[in-house]
Amino acid sequence: MGVRLKARLGRHRCRPKIMLKYLLPLGLFAALLILLGIGLTLNPREVPSPLIGQPAPNFTLQRLDDPSQTVSEEIFRGKVSLLNVWASWCLACRQEHPQLMELRKRGEVLLVGLNYKDDRGSALELLERAGNPYQVIAFDGDGKAGIDYGVYGVPETFVIDKQGVIRYKHIGPITPEDWEQKLAPLVRYLEKQP
Amino acid sequence: MTGEIGQLSLILALLMAAVQAFFPLVGAAWGLPLWMAVGRPAARAQGLFLAVAFWCLVQSFIANDFSLAYVAQHSNSALPLFYRISAVWGAHEGSVLLWALILGLWTAAVSVFNRGLGEAFVARVLGILGLISAGILAFILFTSNPFERLIPAPPDGQDLNPLLQDFGLAVHPPMLYLGYVGLAVPFSFALAALLSGSLDPAWARWSRPWTLTAWAFLTLGITLGSWWAYYELGWGGWWFWDPVENASFMPWLLATALIHSLAVTEKRGAFKAWTVLLSILAFSLSLLGMFLVRSGVLVSVHAFANDPKRGLFILVFLGLVIGASLVLYALRAPKVQDHARFHWFSKESLLLANNILLVTAAASVLLGTLYPLVLDALGLGKISVGPPYFASVFTPVVTPIFLLAGIGPLVSWRQGEVTQTWRRVRWMIPLSVGTAVTMGAVFFDLKHFQTLAAVSCALWLAATSLLPLAQRLRRREGLSSLRQPAGFYGMTLAHFGLSVFLFGVAISNQYSVEKTVRLSPGQSVELSGYTFLFKGIQESEGPNYRSDTGWFEVYAGDQKIAELWPEKRFYRVQRSVMTEAAIDWGVRRDLYVALGEALEGDSWSVRLYVKPWVRWIWLGGGLIALGGFLAAADKRYRIARVYGSAPQGALRSTSVPS
Repeated sequence: MGVRLKARLGRHRCRPKIMLKYLLPLGLFAALLILLGIGLTLNPREVPSPLIGQPAPNFTLQRLDDPSQTVSEEIFRGKVSLLNVWASWCLACRQEHPQLMELRKRGEVLLVGLNYKDDRGSALELLERAGNPYQVIAFDGDGKAGIDYGVYGVPETFVIDKQGVIRYKHIGPITPEDWEQKLAPLVRYLEKQP
Repeated sequence: MTGEIGQLSLILALLMAAVQAFFPLVGAAWGLPLWMAVGRPAARAQGLFLAVAFWCLVQSFIANDFSLAYVAQHSNSALPLFYRISAVWGAHEGSVLLWALILGLWTAAVSVFNRGLGEAFVARVLGILGLISAGILAFILFTSNPFERLIPAPPDGQDLNPLLQDFGLAVHPPMLYLGYVGLAVPFSFALAALLSGSLDPAWARWSRPWTLTAWAFLTLGITLGSWWAYYELGWGGWWFWDPVENASFMPWLLATALIHSLAVTEKRGAFKAWTVLLSILAFSLSLLGMFLVRSGVLVSVHAFANDPKRGLFILVFLGLVIGASLVLYALRAPKVQDHARFHWFSKESLLLANNILLVTAAASVLLGTLYPLVLDALGLGKISVGPPYFASVFTPVVTPIFLLAGIGPLVSWRQGEVTQTWRRVRWMIPLSVGTAVTMGAVFFDLKHFQTLAAVSCALWLAATSLLPLAQRLRRREGLSSLRQPAGFYGMTLAHFGLSVFLFGVAISNQYSVEKTVRLSPGQSVELSGYTFLFKGIQESEGPNYRSDTGWFEVYAGDQKIAELWPEKRFYRVQRSVMTEAAIDWGVRRDLYVALGEALEGDSWSVRLYVKPWVRWIWLGGGLIALGGFLAAADKRYRIARVYGSAPQGALRSTSVPS
């Protein structure tokens, strides 16, 4: 009896150690899972734009609807504006389009379009069909102004304050949540600034 | 209409996967033969529905049905038919569907080729495969549906990424996925064995041919990917330590460890718990790769369009699948007893060393891949870990593998003879080092010690892996001495392939030369003994691109040896420019020309490469894969099955020459 008990105790004593060995992979995996979970909340592409806090780069471009008139960065002076980079070949822009129409209806900001690497005819045709949310559209057919603005994907949207300084850059289509949570508070704040 | 049929088939496949998971697993647990029997038909039906769904997507691409958002985003009516078909798996949604289809095919194969396995065991394997499939199909249906409609349909699609408009897309992903997904089979075998509580050698014998086949496909897939990157990206490299390349390489390293440890478990009954753990980890890393590619946590040239919802879904799936299997492992593995004993110098101990080295190598790759993520998560900044890390950490870990791989097969199980083995291989050392030095002196130079060492290593491996074959021939038993099991030839071929690979790597890494020059028509430039003459540029039209094609003539001395036509293509729909390198390939060198930018006047910037022995890298990879297939075809595995099942099978097994 005593021997048996001792053997049992002995077994019990070494058991946690054995279990630990087999639990090790599970523990490592749990740590990895946590790390990946945190990783999901980060965005490796969210490289802060060097343009933030800088005056909007200069440009002089033809208007999309009328080549005889030009648009320049002067247009941003005095009002809070959104510069939305778009193209008719961009599907994500169509996804964003209803949201832009909604903004136009509310009229809170000046909505300037930058028609990027596009074909004038198909851009105008698209606006005809789907509606035009922009007050003014600059036509950047060869994408040269886009380079100054560091555009690398369409759509992108810049928030520009009354002094003509870029305050924020949004990459990808603006969803209703994006507008409510990120862009609208910033626009309202900038409205109150001189 | 096709889209709706596809959608419906997907839903039916999900239901079938659920049936295939539920009834056999519960039936096996409660001992209900009728429930267990549901597994096979359900598995085949699931495979069938997946095939229908996949065909519907292919059909939508062929028919240019741009009302499907996925087709509209990744195809175009001007895209040639061949690329329209491979575009099916050219982006996220379609490639997960391919993943699911391939899992369905593997499952169907398990449901057919399983004679001799116990009913309960088959039921458990199919059940676990069904669970995995159900998870993937739910992922497709809820977050990545390729059959989503886009209303109103655009008049034309946005075209496939020009990088992917290549033969490589047609072959690389299917082969790679056959490997990735195939690892689900040994994974299910291991879990089924844990569930049933019997980890006998028979289980390992069952798992071996499946693991070998999956591993061979994975090898082939990675090799094809490397070759594709070499000629398509126009950078002249063959491996970039990109996170996604690493994501395929880590499961490969573990699967390589697994095929070796399975041998020990089958032959000697040792390393049982370890083999089970490796089976789980190999597939886990394949799932982790899926997460890394599709969640957007890492930046990579391969990354698919990212969506946090998808990342979260895969993470939860990953947590459930891997977490549950590791819990099961922690509960059951302590009861597994290893009785086998072996001497410090034996096949077992050498294979143990192989496993330790391969797992260490995989861990170092994992560390390098996740390190940027760790830093980012801790708020320490965004960095990227590049080739210098991998070269300095990875090389010392794998070097012993090359040295040991040739010896392992020469040593006996349980107790090897140190002196006898030494006598057999000692003259190989001066032979391989001497040959390496001679080769270096004749073809190149003797300045680079590392390269000489690596070439000696490759020659050593080639010689030692061919040694058993040579010795058999020398014993004058005629051709009958060559009647060895396919497994033996598979192993020999794979080890020899490894040496071919190493040979190519060592020489091409050291002696490749490149030059970026500005050339006008009529000018020529010399590189590494070859004269590249630029004759001019011609414009031409492709189906969906405009091309500037350069015309180069290459001379060795006065003799013209090649004409090369590198292209710079402008793809109209995506408005992007692509470089198509022109390569004159040869056994001893590749001549590689890529067009850069058009400069003022009619001059162009041109990148030239001469890459000696670079083909041997992929030749080696191909031989390794071939060795895997050969070993998987070993009759032994099939005969073992037949013995266990029916008498007529046993008769047949005696009629084949062994």
